[in-house]
Amino acid sequence: MTKGWLIAIALLLTGIVASLFVGAIDLDMNSFSRSGEGLNLLVVSRIPRTLAVLLTGASLAVAGVIMQMIVANRFVEPMTAGAGSTAALGVLLISFLLPGASIFIKMACACVTSLLGTMVFLAMVRRLPPHQPLLVPLVGIAYGGVVSALVTFIAFQADLLQYLETWFLGEFSGILQGRYELLWLAGVLMLLAYVIADQFAILGLGQSVSVNLGLNYHQIVRLGLVIVSLISAVTVVTVGIIPFVGLVVPNIVSRWLGDNLRRTLPVTAMMGGGLVLLSDLVGRLVRHPFEIPAATIFGVLGALLFLWLLYFPPKSKGVACLRDKERAR
Amino acid sequence: MINIQSVSHSIQGQTILSDISLSLPKGKLSALIGPNGAGKSTLLSLIARLHALQHGVITVDGLDVSKTPSRTLARKLAILSQSNTLASRLTVRDLVSFGRFPHHNGRPGAEDKNKVDEAIAALGLGEIAHRFLDEISGGQRQKAFVAMAYAQDTDYLLLDEPLNNLDMKSARALMQTLHELSEQSGKTIVVVLHEINYAALYADWIVGLRDGKLIANGPTHDILTSETIETIFDFEAEIHQIGDQKLVMHYR
Repeated sequence: MTKGWLIAIALLLTGIVASLFVGAIDLDMNSFSRSGEGLNLLVVSRIPRTLAVLLTGASLAVAGVIMQMIVANRFVEPMTAGAGSTAALGVLLISFLLPGASIFIKMACACVTSLLGTMVFLAMVRRLPPHQPLLVPLVGIAYGGVVSALVTFIAFQADLLQYLETWFLGEFSGILQGRYELLWLAGVLMLLAYVIADQFAILGLGQSVSVNLGLNYHQIVRLGLVIVSLISAVTVVTVGIIPFVGLVVPNIVSRWLGDNLRRTLPVTAMMGGGLVLLSDLVGRLVRHPFEIPAATIFGVLGALLFLWLLYFPPKSKGVACLRDKERAR
Repeated sequence: MINIQSVSHSIQGQTILSDISLSLPKGKLSALIGPNGAGKSTLLSLIARLHALQHGVITVDGLDVSKTPSRTLARKLAILSQSNTLASRLTVRDLVSFGRFPHHNGRPGAEDKNKVDEAIAALGLGEIAHRFLDEISGGQRQKAFVAMAYAQDTDYLLLDEPLNNLDMKSARALMQTLHELSEQSGKTIVVVLHEINYAALYADWIVGLRDGKLIANGPTHDILTSETIETIFDFEAEIHQIGDQKLVMHYR
């Protein structure tokens, strides 16, 4: 375990260093000696971008786990289940009604619509038969699709189509100092989730077990919904929708370490940050000096990881079976 | 003591329980028996405040379950529900540890760890404590949930069909453990049982329900008559006496 941790941290640090030095403008030792140009580039662009990537990836992964615990279903994540597209709906409406609104007003609006959107999703899920777990993600995808279509229609009517991509397709090339700081809110929400990680883990055991253990079930569900929708809104407003992070990362961690969130939440956050960082780096390098959005790269990466998840059984199971066989001998 | 006063309950217009009043003795093992759909599980979950009470009053040790804070009740009473399908992936030890949550609120101490160890040992789960619940058999999973309720270490323990999925040896061992808990630690235990002879052998008190109505309520010895068994279950059963132990011959 400790060795695994060291490797993971080393990989993450390598990624961070690479992220600081990869981009359209070359950054080398010479540029630091030349009139502080390099330092300027780091402070204004590369450091904010790297932080934005890490905060986005980590918080989306954490939001994914929390949502999965709330609906007690492994196959949902906020971005594809309506939280992302309803946040986009909020920004679109405010851009249409109040064109000069500041980013804070836009975000507040996105938070409200995303919260409402997630509550509607939860209300729908609660009415589904509990023994049909696959209906939950299907309803989520259909619901997200309907909201996206509505957003596109409104944008078309209001002649705002060109903005849609900035919310629907998550990417980090526009991140500069002063334009990503809202993401720290997602960081704070992540910490809050960690503080009450046990209660979210118990939520995943269902309502009866939660009530039996004295949890205020509805209050924790509400708190989780607020965390999930705020994280979704903040990321949609600052970088756009990055799908699958909240689905793939929690599932990998769950297969590997289980769902005792007190123990696994830090791993989930690290892996989320790391994988989105990898996607962003690949996106910067594939067509250098042009960029491919991190969301597009993660779409490919996420699909591959998900296939791997589906077709390869969890490792610990194999180990356990092996142990049983040995014992039987 | 668990006191139930004129409790009625209906779900979507259908009456599940009608006007139930009874008391379950403190420090004893009581068995809830009756055919499917008699309302046993509903009664148990009403005692454990898993559903809101519609009519009547239930008190546990004098605490009104619909008014007492849920946290307080969680240290007084534990329930093992019937369906325990899980979306989460937890090890046996993780699950049992959650039973301590009402006591430590997220910050487990040495005493909590000891209780978890004790619960794992009591249910004989030591060998598989590190395994994930989705990798063990249904019976082992059932024991893990019982161990969780055990670790919660409450004066009152409610179990809804705990013998489901258990083989004969495990079922017997579990009934013995429950019997010891009431005999030696003075815990009040209420169990929903389908095999009436487990009730005959281990229970001090029997409550019989049928179609949501209270049919029988009293010490085991008094309830085990062929007339009472027939009113509860609607078939004729001979009662045999082996030594001073009554057994119901209901297999044929």
